[in-house]
Amino acid sequence: MSAAASLPTSRLAWVLDRLWHNRSARIGGGIIAIILLCAAFAPWIAPHDPMAIDTLRRLEPPSAEHWLGTDEVGRDLASRLIHGTRYFVLICLITTVIAGVIGTVLGLISGAGPLIADAVIMRFVDVLLAFPTILLVLAVIAILGPSLTTAMVAVGIGNIPGYARLVRSAALTIRREEYVEAARALGASELGIIFGTVLPNIVSPLVVYTSYAMPLAALAAAALSFLGLGAQPPAPEWGAMLVNARSFLFTAWWAVAAPGLAIFAAILGLNLLGNALRDVLDPRDA
Amino acid sequence: MREAALLSVRGLAAHFVTRAGTLRAVDGVDLDLASGEVLGLVGESGCGKTVLALSLMRLVEPPGRLVAGSITFDGNDVTAMDTRTITRLRGRGMGMIFQQPRTSLDPVIRIGNQIAEPLISHAGMSRAAAAREAIALLEAVGIPGAEAKARAYPHELSGGQAQRVMIAIALALKPRLLIADEPTTSLDVTVQAQILALLRERCRALGTALILVTHDIGVVAQLADRVAVMYAGRIVEQGPVGDIFAAPAHPYTQGLLQSAPVLGRRRERLAAIEGNIPDLSRPIPGCAFAPRCDHRPTMGERCDREMPPALAVTPAHAARCWRLATP
Amino acid sequence: MSLLDARGIAVRYPVRGGVLQRPTAWVRAVDGVDLTLDAGETLGLVGESGSGKSTLGRALIALRRPDAGTIRFAGDDILALDAAGLKALRRRMQIVFQDPNASLDPRRTVGGSVRMGLDLHAIGTGAERREAVAEMFRRVGLRPEHVTRFPHEFSGGQRQRIGIARALILNPELLVCDEAVSALDVSVQAQILNLLKDLQAERRLAMLFISHNLAVVEHMADRIAVMYAGRIVEEAKRDALFAAPRHPYTRALLSAVPTPDPTRRDPSPPPLGEPPDPANLPTGCRFRSRCPIAMPRCATEEPALAALAPGHKAACWAA
Repeated sequence: MSAAASLPTSRLAWVLDRLWHNRSARIGGGIIAIILLCAAFAPWIAPHDPMAIDTLRRLEPPSAEHWLGTDEVGRDLASRLIHGTRYFVLICLITTVIAGVIGTVLGLISGAGPLIADAVIMRFVDVLLAFPTILLVLAVIAILGPSLTTAMVAVGIGNIPGYARLVRSAALTIRREEYVEAARALGASELGIIFGTVLPNIVSPLVVYTSYAMPLAALAAAALSFLGLGAQPPAPEWGAMLVNARSFLFTAWWAVAAPGLAIFAAILGLNLLGNALRDVLDPRDA
Repeated sequence: MREAALLSVRGLAAHFVTRAGTLRAVDGVDLDLASGEVLGLVGESGCGKTVLALSLMRLVEPPGRLVAGSITFDGNDVTAMDTRTITRLRGRGMGMIFQQPRTSLDPVIRIGNQIAEPLISHAGMSRAAAAREAIALLEAVGIPGAEAKARAYPHELSGGQAQRVMIAIALALKPRLLIADEPTTSLDVTVQAQILALLRERCRALGTALILVTHDIGVVAQLADRVAVMYAGRIVEQGPVGDIFAAPAHPYTQGLLQSAPVLGRRRERLAAIEGNIPDLSRPIPGCAFAPRCDHRPTMGERCDREMPPALAVTPAHAARCWRLATP
Repeated sequence: MSLLDARGIAVRYPVRGGVLQRPTAWVRAVDGVDLTLDAGETLGLVGESGSGKSTLGRALIALRRPDAGTIRFAGDDILALDAAGLKALRRRMQIVFQDPNASLDPRRTVGGSVRMGLDLHAIGTGAERREAVAEMFRRVGLRPEHVTRFPHEFSGGQRQRIGIARALILNPELLVCDEAVSALDVSVQAQILNLLKDLQAERRLAMLFISHNLAVVEHMADRIAVMYAGRIVEEAKRDALFAAPRHPYTRALLSAVPTPDPTRRDPSPPPLGEPPDPANLPTGCRFRSRCPIAMPRCATEEPALAALAPGHKAACWAA
């Protein structure tokens, strides 16, 4: 136990301190930090307009002017990647918020609430699970029409059952703990127990699960864009960029490599950070 | 050394090496046991008594490891044995029973077969003879309706019955030593009394020596011939049970005997040992009990600096306390 | 008037089976218990595992609502209270649990756990609450500067002190100790028992001290109730119970405790057999299947808990 860990000013400070001393957290966190910075300041960082077409300079290899080269209509790939971080962050946030919030609330009510709620919610979740996720996603897209918003909503809904089941089983275990009984004995209401005692104790598995689910969701959204069901060209979304460039794989490999490596690095960053968070968030195993 | 020593342990150390540091669970233990003798190994949780018991059969699992010392059992060096010899020794020379009898039994094998298995593999009995012997053994450990119970699965047994079955398995090959690690801690007191009586009776009948690992001084007083008191990985006092209870020499033993409430001897206040057990992941140069010891203020710094050796109180009774060195 | 007066308390649990997990049988964990407790008194509740003593302890402070019976606390019928009334009552009755590892919220600082009662009942200002928590920490032998630490940074004995601080911060009149020292080593157990005794004397606490350890109960209790298979089979003042136990189960329990004196080795105990299946108790007296002095009448009629002497009751036809 480090000296810093013995006198934490707050739990968050303690977690951040432990992350700071963790190598994979530093690498993963670094990658994510770069992505967040790019997303925040894209117009100022990007050397060119990501949408500016220059048909005279199509599929140029990387050069001093175009660091990563240009695509099939002469747009600057580096600038498109930098603007693409905005889509990436948006996709990660929206899908996770939809799945995480709805799934957690359903799981908490189901696991720590009245029995009848449990029965109703779990049947609903079973129905969601009975469909293959891809079918579910395609069904949502078929109803709402292909767009980035639709893709995010669809992937978010597809991830609800995972969250709901995880939270439910964790809540069922925690509800039986003596410290929950102690809270009840002190006069805490059932709702107060669910959100004041059960939920904080589920945060760790939730964060860990999110560290798995978020990169998968981002990949799924990219895949939908690749299939033409998500972000539509000419938006500089990485999956959409990949599909545009794939016909030129043998003539202009950089046009494929740039978005491909960006997706790879972003997912790697999320996974590294997630692994580190999982190591840190369980003090009982530390 | 005492004559006819069945087990002789010298300077035994078992450490657990992890990323967080080295935990000195057992740190320099000397122990002797005569044939047929009952030794009570007493100590509180974390003192290393279970690791010591496992070390004697070389059952310590990684990251734990025996790092020093010798174990001589029946004239053979246990620490130098190859895997085949040690397996043979575990079957025929030493038996062991644990605190949670249910988790020690295989849940999917009928208990009769679990008792018969060592008889077939170690003693070379035929299947039919082993099955008959298993029923006889179940009767010997006081299981009613032994023939029917031999066909039962472990989940059909109560905790007390499961521990009886464990005793039957451990004693099936008539080992010369039985190690019982907190055999009654998970049982109710009425069942405990019966299991202790059974252990005493079976060991006496077979001439088996017993090492009884426990935190309960009442259990030790009832069963042991000799007592070894363990604290922070070391044996701090060792001697005949009468001497230990009548005239404990180590302040920790004294504290242990006085801090437990005793039925029928009610006092208004208990003599608690203040403080907590030391952190075994840090080297302790002196007496590990010094920070909690009432005598430390009058004894001076020697207690913190130097580990006291086992000093004789009487020829058969020794304690690791510097007070015994001062004339 | 007694502080706590419980009549006919019963708690049952379903035994579920089959594909549909429907209840196939009921375990009568507590089956018709009457109990009173005066202010400042300690009642010891002893029994083996599965006797229903923990369930009874929780039922008495309405943590597990009993299926039958009435409980009066300082004259109020607590089972008739609405949610707000019950919450107000919680201030006056608290519980200390067995397992110091499981009874503290691992995600809350220990100061936060102790302070929780004050927060829930909105007692005092923030500064006053902080001061009260620090004072409580000092009182149970912990350092107030440790309030910001988490439970895993403490030893078992220290955690139990935290559990006691949490229960006592609201100044309750009744404290249920459910095997509060069973998980602790004897040297630490003695510290905690001394602390509980001091606190009780200081605060005139009524205490229900639940334990399977007869020596610990003898040390703590003024009066003792012995529980067997959901019922109280004997109840008496401490000295009377240990000097002249009247129920054969109490006698068996007492004789089974190993004496820590090697010069007085106990004779081998009479075979007492195994505890009965709680879902399938014997007819008549529940102890009949293990009783050394059972008579034909025991199989047909269940003996009631009857007064044998002032303050001494037993449920046995032979008593």
